Amino acid sequence: MRHLLSIEDLSKSDAVSILDTAHELARVSDGAVKKLPTLRGRTIVNLFAEDSTRTRISFEAAAKRLSADVINFSAKGSSVSKGESLKDTAMTLQAMGADAVVIRHSASGAAQRLADSQWMSGSVVNAGDGTHEHPSQALLDAFTIRKHLRAGAHDLEGLTVAIVGDVLHSRVARSNVLLLSKLGAKVILVAPPTLLPVGVESWPATVSYDFDSVIPFVDVVMMLRVQQERMSDLYFPNAREYSRYFGLNADRMKSMKQGSIVMHPGPMNRGLEISAEVADSARSVITEQVTNGVSVRMAILYVLLTGSALEAGSN
Amino acid sequence: MSIALSAPDIKRALTRISHEILERNQGSSSIVLLGIPTRGAHLAARIATIITEIEGVAVPCGTLDITLFRDDLRLRAPKAIMPTTIPPSGIEDKDVILVDDVLFSGRTIRAALDALGEIGRPRTVQLAALVDRGHRELPIKADFVGKNLPTSKSQSVRVLLSEIDGRDEVGIEGEVL
Repeated sequence: MRHLLSIEDLSKSDAVSILDTAHELARVSDGAVKKLPTLRGRTIVNLFAEDSTRTRISFEAAAKRLSADVINFSAKGSSVSKGESLKDTAMTLQAMGADAVVIRHSASGAAQRLADSQWMSGSVVNAGDGTHEHPSQALLDAFTIRKHLRAGAHDLEGLTVAIVGDVLHSRVARSNVLLLSKLGAKVILVAPPTLLPVGVESWPATVSYDFDSVIPFVDVVMMLRVQQERMSDLYFPNAREYSRYFGLNADRMKSMKQGSIVMHPGPMNRGLEISAEVADSARSVITEQVTNGVSVRMAILYVLLTGSALEAGSN
Repeated sequence: MSIALSAPDIKRALTRISHEILERNQGSSSIVLLGIPTRGAHLAARIATIITEIEGVAVPCGTLDITLFRDDLRLRAPKAIMPTTIPPSGIEDKDVILVDDVLFSGRTIRAALDALGEIGRPRTVQLAALVDRGHRELPIKADFVGKNLPTSKSQSVRVLLSEIDGRDEVGIEGEVL
């Protein structure tokens, strides 16, 4: 593996091997060892052309725990805001000797473009491109689900996951649908028809408009953020109505199955798609998702950057 | 493949190594056995069992995966990371016995020393290997050796253990070039 661009291109066995690697890395960094020398002398650039807190920090923490050097590059305050093209930015990074670039971009396909071009020779990790994919988030979600509900197993066979809310604008939802179904879970998308993308019937998931009828049967409820910044139209009448039909509140949580968990990729709109009571409840694994994110991203960097000299030689 | 050690040979070698470990450390009170996965971990468990039989007390035994500490990660395809389990008593001020199946270049042991350094500061670190095949690339030597096997670099040594391979055997493959 050289790049991580989308879940669509990731085989089931590669996904499982990233999750297994993350499992061992989590055990190592839980224990006595806080810093590993694995990627000493490698340079990883965080190229964030769109705002992000947790993904950037998570990749930075992951790289640092593996002893890599990290350069943070954000659009604001860099020459990207002066109109520099992706190509020129990439060539600058190449000239600086970046071994890997973690890219977040508002244009779908930006990571793919960077990987396909000859602009730079390092590995490319997609940290979210437009409304397309966010593979590292899906991997950390799958890792969290597996840890809680399928401990000891490799896949997610037999589990049912509801992904609820703004599917239309969510790259997290798209990556999760692809990955969770690849790993054997059944996925149900719950959203108002206006917040489902065109062609959703071809996704490996079923669709429901009725949250209350779905909630008693699922093992995982994954809430999505309502992405107001991407909404140019009116997709639902008002926040209160959305919250009443598609929000997860304490009342709704009561009908959840025993042992089932609540997830949210963050950042949360407390009171809109998820109530504060639910977010802070015992069922919520939301902060654990953040912790697991670091281990999963360490695994991604490990898998992409070991043997890189080998692959560069064979090309 | 020519057979260098049969199942009874391996058993006798491990029994002797166990006695040597006890003799060198004046008993089992301070020792911690750490096997290097995969086969070293099974060998460490066997040595722990033998020592328990001899001394009548259990010795702490764990595993130490060194993959993340290798110096050739750029050059090799990514290897699966195996579990590291340090016994609850820890390694601080203990006599740590590293156990591996084959001692060859010495690079695995160098990585193991780095890994240990991240975990704690043992009083001593000693090395037990079932087979020493020579060709060291670093100034490292074993304290306890099952058998010295002079080999050519073009050959390979295969260790089979019943826990993984269904039977115990050490063989040499390939021609001397």
